[in-house]
Amino acid sequence: MTTQDSVVGVSQSGSRSPTAIAVELPPRGGFAEWFDNQSRQFFIMPAVIMILVFSIFPLIASLILSLSRVRLRAGGYNVRFVGLRNFERQIFGSEQFHFLGTFTSISPLGWLFAIAVAALLIWWLVRCFRGSVSLLGFIGRLITAGMIFGLSLMFAATLLSGNQFGTLGVTLFYVLVGCAVQFLIGLGLAVICAQPIWGRTFFRVVFFLPMMITPIGIGFGFRMMADTTKGPFSPVWQWFGLRDFAWAADPWAARTFIVIGDSWQWIPFIFVVLLAALENVPRDMVEAGHVDGASGWQIFREITWPSIAPVAATVILIRAIEAFKLVDLPNIMTSGGPGISTESMTLHAFFAWRAPDLAQSAAVSYLLLFVAVVLCVSFFNLVVLKRRAAIA
Amino acid sequence: MTFGDPTQRARGSSGIGRFFEAPQIGRMSPASRLIVYSLLLFWSAFVLFPLYWIVITSVKLPIDVNDGPAYLPFIDFAPNMHAWRDLLVLDLAETVKPYRNSVIIALFATIACMLIGSMAAYALARIEYKPKFGTILLFVVAMVGASVSVGIWGVDWRLAAASAGAIFVLLARALGRRFKRSVGNGDILFWMISQRILPPVVTVVPVYMMFQSVRLLDTHFALIVTYTVVNLPIVVWLMYDFFSGIPKDLEESAQLDGASRLTVFYEIVLPLARTGLAATTLLVLIFSWNEYVVALFLSTTNAQTMPILVAAMNGGEKGVLWWKMCVVIIIMIIPVVLMALVLQRFISKGILLGAVKG
Repeated sequence: MTTQDSVVGVSQSGSRSPTAIAVELPPRGGFAEWFDNQSRQFFIMPAVIMILVFSIFPLIASLILSLSRVRLRAGGYNVRFVGLRNFERQIFGSEQFHFLGTFTSISPLGWLFAIAVAALLIWWLVRCFRGSVSLLGFIGRLITAGMIFGLSLMFAATLLSGNQFGTLGVTLFYVLVGCAVQFLIGLGLAVICAQPIWGRTFFRVVFFLPMMITPIGIGFGFRMMADTTKGPFSPVWQWFGLRDFAWAADPWAARTFIVIGDSWQWIPFIFVVLLAALENVPRDMVEAGHVDGASGWQIFREITWPSIAPVAATVILIRAIEAFKLVDLPNIMTSGGPGISTESMTLHAFFAWRAPDLAQSAAVSYLLLFVAVVLCVSFFNLVVLKRRAAIA
Repeated sequence: MTFGDPTQRARGSSGIGRFFEAPQIGRMSPASRLIVYSLLLFWSAFVLFPLYWIVITSVKLPIDVNDGPAYLPFIDFAPNMHAWRDLLVLDLAETVKPYRNSVIIALFATIACMLIGSMAAYALARIEYKPKFGTILLFVVAMVGASVSVGIWGVDWRLAAASAGAIFVLLARALGRRFKRSVGNGDILFWMISQRILPPVVTVVPVYMMFQSVRLLDTHFALIVTYTVVNLPIVVWLMYDFFSGIPKDLEESAQLDGASRLTVFYEIVLPLARTGLAATTLLVLIFSWNEYVVALFLSTTNAQTMPILVAAMNGGEKGVLWWKMCVVIIIMIIPVVLMALVLQRFISKGILLGAVKG
């Protein structure tokens, strides 16, 4: 096979055994031969080209937009380079309240939290430094630690000091709380459904249903559910004397409702994947555990959990990636309100785009991308790969 | 759809039969069984109630919706098919058009995505690639140059793309052999997967401009291509793990017999991976059928899809037309359920299993 000077270069395939060379290959036509030689390019090139054109190019274009000031004019737009000013405005300037939250001074509780997080991170880094971590790996961990410290400082200055937090905090709330709730419930349901229970087919079908519904439909459906005067639960609200309680006017109630809707939609996905993993746990090991008189919890902890952990880590990662992009539910259920308290970063960028302020929209998108990439890649490297390695 | 495992089906145990089976190892005590079933029933209610509400809202008159909750058809309110009649008889053309658009777009996007994605996943699982680090860097620089010249200096995009491509090829030819460091398959795989992290808002505005400049906005093609790319990472990720799990022996002996790689792929590998293919197809289909944000940007009238129709029932001043919206949501679920039933034949032992097994 010849060497190519394209993006994806070529080397001799390692998969063929040396004996293959000794065997006489039947002769083939010129074109078929040529095509087969090119097949290594042919297999991967469509995907590479499509991703390059549709992800890398827009990424570059967005970066340019986020570094400029865009003015719409008749029949087009003017783009003027302004450097990092858009980002500066989001993080330190007039949009700070919107993106990070309102800052006054950090309360003692906030300081305590930030110091505790910093201490934990330093302990972790020192342990990594003493351990057998490569230089590149250590730099990666340093970036992870920096990001986590920055985010916890943000939480300390807003949430723990009694201030409103911005779209970054809201997005992280959706990701962290949403993933935790969905994973725990999904795992619980999967464990139950993996037992020999009556009607398990019925339950599996029912539990999978929400995945099939369009997210925007779920948004409107949950808006009906949440209506305190005309919704199905209005008698319940009235019974509690909350007839006039507009849940959409209370930030935490609104956020909770969005997490409930999101969970309703995504628990099926986690459930189905974990169920499949649970059914793949070696049965003889579980039965041997029973014979040895282990309790159900012991069997779960010692046998079941280690063998489903890689799947669990991957499914959490997939879910977290999607949760960073949550936009339909807050847009429909609350339009980001009250105020900005349910506005995810994707929604923030969407509103900015509609304003229309393309530059700010691109800047917010880039900040989201930065946070999401650092956190997701850290999770992939530090948790998913480790779990997979533990199995192999 | 059922996810039951084959051994259970082979024993022919319908629910009741199993219920009275002799106690076996690990059976639950009556108390824990009570807890388990009440949990299951509670969760079923939690899942089914919103769906029930959507179904009964679709047969309510506006007055029944607006006058507070009415729970049971025939008792609390008289069911009325007016919303169904509006959408499926009076305004049939208005409903069929987005429906047809959605079917075409979701179907072709899923097929293209599965084809391209599984080919790339197979290549990454079986063929060793070593693209030079320097070449990649060169390519990115060329693309940045092209984008900057189009975006800021207003150069015609065809000219910019062609010249950037030419410069890249020339430089790569000249310098290609000097680059030492290369990246491996794992890096390519991770690069592809990481594309899923991109929030759609980052890419959708430039993609909009891109399609605008080639006059393809509001066409099926634009949405099909975009959905294909958006879902490619998922396909590559899931199918890579499936292909890695297939033993290499069969393929190698076929290649010794003179089969080309393409033949090996279609005749041997794909049939072996049909479980994963079916599961991944279902997932991609659901994603492209239900997608909203991209469709909102890239379609206006001609290529409008069903999720846009759902949103369009939010009638502004008149408030939300709940009854109609519920009809749209219901008719959107039907094809997905059918597809799931068709595909579950191939998904014998649990959807998505080997996929994320690692």
